[in-house]
Amino acid sequence: MSRALALLVRETTLAWGRGGGPLVSVGFYAGVATLMPLAIGPEPERLAAIAPGAAWVALALAALLSLDRLFERDYEDGALDLLSLSPVPLEITCAIKCLGQWLATGAPLALAAPVAAIALGAAPSLAPLIFACALLGGLAFAFMGGIGAALSLGARRGGLLTAVIVLPLFVPPVIFGGGALDAFAGGLPWQGGFALLGAYAAAAVALGPLAMAGACRNALS
Amino acid sequence: MIPELLISEASVRRGGRVLFEGVSLRLAPGEACALTGPNGSGKTSLLRAVAGLVRLEAGTVGFGPTDPAEARAEGLHFVGHHDGLKPSRTVREELAFWTRWCGGTEAAAQAAAEAFDLGRLLDLEVRRLSAGQRRRLALSRLVAAPRPLWLLDEPLSPLDAVWRSRMGETMAAHLSGGGMILAAVHDPLPVAAKSLELAG
Repeated sequence: MSRALALLVRETTLAWGRGGGPLVSVGFYAGVATLMPLAIGPEPERLAAIAPGAAWVALALAALLSLDRLFERDYEDGALDLLSLSPVPLEITCAIKCLGQWLATGAPLALAAPVAAIALGAAPSLAPLIFACALLGGLAFAFMGGIGAALSLGARRGGLLTAVIVLPLFVPPVIFGGGALDAFAGGLPWQGGFALLGAYAAAAVALGPLAMAGACRNALS
Repeated sequence: MIPELLISEASVRRGGRVLFEGVSLRLAPGEACALTGPNGSGKTSLLRAVAGLVRLEAGTVGFGPTDPAEARAEGLHFVGHHDGLKPSRTVREELAFWTRWCGGTEAAAQAAAEAFDLGRLLDLEVRRLSAGQRRRLALSRLVAAPRPLWLLDEPLSPLDAVWRSRMGETMAAHLSGGGMILAAVHDPLPVAAKSLELAG
């Protein structure tokens, strides 16, 4: 337990500092969210209609930002070797790394998401649901993203490869989360979409580490 | 905990090329072995194979009756060129983390910091260390969390004469306590050791 806790603290602080950390992620997020009205047109009705969806897509893109470094640095500097020589199974180690990634970048993004959506014209009553979706979706993004980051270990331009592997895996949470927000905004039952988002996050947390550990072992040997 | 290291008829292939074949070695408690050979002859790969990080093409690595997975999880230290230290973290943070990760106590981490004279460096970021200081920090793990088998990849190369002889004393103390050392080196080890040469 003390090992796992020490690793979580290390991973969270490293993710916090990685590539500028949460400030850069949130800044990138704000940038993408600002580009939307410039491309679509400034009419408030049209913006308000797409605001939750736009904020949600921008969130998925921002979650990609520091993902490629999740395993890459530890792989290059030998830390992954040492992390794997431990009584802690590599699967748990991978899960803790993703959890650190989520705490350091997913949680700040979840705080920024309602602000961005409201700035685009979403109803303020949507804010709590956007926050909850972003927090849960961020967990799915971190664990699914970790699979892509582990699979692209050792590849040249691994960051691009990570994005190509991961974006299809981001499709279900974007659909479920966007659907829940749309339904809530339209006064329809939203619980179904939210529950599916939670189920996807749970599956990512449960199965992602198995794939990540396999990919890491393969990259090391 | 590990009563012996037994490598029998090991061969490793990297990128379609056979690095070495039919390598055998037995280490008993208190024994050290200097692994020599020209650059690219597979010294690092053999160390990584013992640590379970590289797959053997043929042959076996055994640790006596101890289960290999258990031996690798808690019975060996691997110190190589890539030391796993993060440039942006301080010496104190890295020493504390790796000590805990390897199962050592806080008191042991302090003792290791003293043994490797890291006291004045504790608040520096790892990026500010010289190559020798950085290697001392990596080697301090060996003392901070005692494990019977040390796999060392050119452990002495960045160290100066004083630290080479002090590392020799540390190795001798480890061996006299029943430890084992397998070290890839170009210069002779500062302790009595068997030798194993990879032809390349």
